[in-house]
Amino acid sequence: MSDVQNILLPEGSIEKKTITLNLGPTHPATHGVFQNILEVDGERIKSSESTVGYIHRAFEKLAERRPLYQITPITDRLNYCSSPINNMGWHMTCEKLLNVKTPKRVDYMRIIIMELARISDHLICNSIVGVDTGAYTGFLYVMQYRELIYEIYEEICGSRLTTNIGRIGGFERNFNATAWKKLEKFLDEYPRVLREFENLFTRNRIFMERTIGCGPISAERALNYGFTGPNLRAAGVDYDVRVHTPYSSYEDFDFTIPVGSTGDCYDRFLVRNQEMWQSLSLIEQAYQKIQDFKGADAEVYHADVPEYYLPEKQKVYTSMEALIWHFKIIMGEIDMPKGEVYHSVEGGNGELGFYLISDGGRTPYRLHFRRPCFIYYQAYEELVKGSMLSDAIVVMSSLNLIAGELDA
Amino acid sequence: MSRPVQFNINSKPVDYNGHISIVGAPEGSGGEGFFATKLSEVVGLARKNSIWPLPFATSCCGIEFMATMGSHYDLSRFGSERVAFTPRQCDLLMVMGTIAKKMGPVLKQVYLQMAEPRWVIAVGACASSGGIFDTYSVLQGIDQVIPVDVYVPGCPPRPEAILDGFMKVQELVGQESLRRRNSEHYKALLESYGIQ
Amino acid sequence: MSLTNEQIQTKLIEKFGEQVSNFSEPYGMLTFEAPKELNLKVLQFLYDDETLKFRFLTDLQAVHYPNDKARPNDPVGWGRELAVVYHLHNLVDNVRIRFKVFTDINTPDVFTATQLYATANWMERETYDFFGVNFVGHPNLKRILNVDEMDYFPLRKEYPLEDQTRIDKDDEMFGRGGSIN
Repeated sequence: MSDVQNILLPEGSIEKKTITLNLGPTHPATHGVFQNILEVDGERIKSSESTVGYIHRAFEKLAERRPLYQITPITDRLNYCSSPINNMGWHMTCEKLLNVKTPKRVDYMRIIIMELARISDHLICNSIVGVDTGAYTGFLYVMQYRELIYEIYEEICGSRLTTNIGRIGGFERNFNATAWKKLEKFLDEYPRVLREFENLFTRNRIFMERTIGCGPISAERALNYGFTGPNLRAAGVDYDVRVHTPYSSYEDFDFTIPVGSTGDCYDRFLVRNQEMWQSLSLIEQAYQKIQDFKGADAEVYHADVPEYYLPEKQKVYTSMEALIWHFKIIMGEIDMPKGEVYHSVEGGNGELGFYLISDGGRTPYRLHFRRPCFIYYQAYEELVKGSMLSDAIVVMSSLNLIAGELDA
Repeated sequence: MSRPVQFNINSKPVDYNGHISIVGAPEGSGGEGFFATKLSEVVGLARKNSIWPLPFATSCCGIEFMATMGSHYDLSRFGSERVAFTPRQCDLLMVMGTIAKKMGPVLKQVYLQMAEPRWVIAVGACASSGGIFDTYSVLQGIDQVIPVDVYVPGCPPRPEAILDGFMKVQELVGQESLRRRNSEHYKALLESYGIQ
Repeated sequence: MSLTNEQIQTKLIEKFGEQVSNFSEPYGMLTFEAPKELNLKVLQFLYDDETLKFRFLTDLQAVHYPNDKARPNDPVGWGRELAVVYHLHNLVDNVRIRFKVFTDINTPDVFTATQLYATANWMERETYDFFGVNFVGHPNLKRILNVDEMDYFPLRKEYPLEDQTRIDKDDEMFGRGGSIN
């Protein structure tokens, strides 16, 4: 008589009728490292629990050790898909603390860089939503055009991804002729690409069936959860830091904010897509405005604050004052005024805030990053409860979770 | 004193149609209808041109890897057309990005699940040595938990640098002896990491 | 008519009297503090009041002031070592304020704001993880970013940044310690 082995079921699972599934930190969809433990009943998700912190790099403690310019490289690594926005936000926070006013041309140059970064971030997010629903082509196609954006960054600051771009008060060098030519090439070629990309997805029946109704959130719940950025705008609330508290001369520009209605994945995709068109229009307007500066004005690329602006290397090697300021700034001999300041910018994912408390020393006393991804990831459980397992993946990628910003 | 140039010093002659050159055969003796060479050469040649990587992408270097996989800096022309995320079917573990102490056990478990022969490449400063994050929560280099074959420095390394590291792994794979994985030396190396 | 800082200040003083104190406006943002027992009442008032309408919690975190220890002769016995800072935002009138609550380091109990704002859940877990502030009534107060086995609160000022168990780093190369000192 053969001994039939009973398959051992976990404790209480027949009553619970669920399987515990680990959507673990090593994630096939290359979004970054965070873990979700899901309780699934067949294909329906009953509950989920998220664990983050797998890439916690202690930015806030690190920032207490470093003078202001050394903190810029660590702000790069927050939302690394759009690192110029983080850099500019940090420099603007320092300018607010130190009472530095930037000239208009610098503001327009900053807008060009920030909107390029926003396009780069939204491209990754939208194409990865495509990959997760099975459409790999869009991702491969637009990666080529992200290379154009990287080339523009390289001309200006030397680095592709973690740019460490800019200084307190402006930029380290004026945009040279090659950078402008590359920007013109981008403005020429990119609209056609974006139109082709959106034609692949927006009225595609399979994509629509996958994403409509998937992970919706109402505007009140979204506000209560602290959502900001495209996720909040997809739920119907038109809150955009660029319009509410304009920084860097955004009030001089003419752009609209796309707003969705149900807050599901399809709305988020459409909002991000439309934001890319708005960013393109902003870059074109800023480019036109910069062409209007003539003569000496056209050479301005930083504010005239020698005590905080790290001078150019050519000047350091030839002029005495520049050498002295360079030494003082690098060694951190410049004292910051005491005070606390909070400044926020519209990052790729929402309101990226910097809360800086300075006690007059050479390094901040406390620096806190208000990271949008960390705040809206809490809502993930509510978004996927009751939906199917494949929807959980699509919701995760449409929220645009960047692990660097989640953990900091 | 700069390093001597390592690339394109012996350019390959063109064989067909004026623009195609094929990989040279390994050393051996051949004749009409037969070719005799060492087994390790043939196995190395086959392995090195068909490495299946496992991208263990955690942070910024992962985005540069996505650019490397893209059409501009194509990684699949080296034979890595199929990147899989399952350790059971992959040869090369590419660790890209910062590994925190919370992630260390996960990395070790993924490494243990890979089948021999397996190689590890540490892409980026954070994976090689902790990078700019000399903090209490970051593992200062993945060689604290797993043995590493090639380190690629950079923060993040350019896609060309990642390809250079990949080509060095290809050299290692091509010249590896068939008995290495059973040798005493290798077993001692794994023992030192606590891996049986 | 938009809401000004003076109006907010008058409404707060009218409701809470002497208990809200230390009003200041660094860089244009009204900042004030209240005792830790009242933090929920203040937040609820700011949420419900029809002219104030601070219904968006932008940020919640803590700051450690190790030099402000509890004063032994203080009748109330408040220490001021740990400050929990709330940033609130009125989206309709576009006004931001900052609200601080001080607590001492030996009994860092503060009432949780999760009933009012769902967003405070993870923000309070992060504050607990970094500083050890115990949020009373939080549904799931455990470490979020650091490893679960960690037994100290790393962002307090007395703990160093680097990992002290490393043996491979030569401190002399970094200009500290080594054989010279």
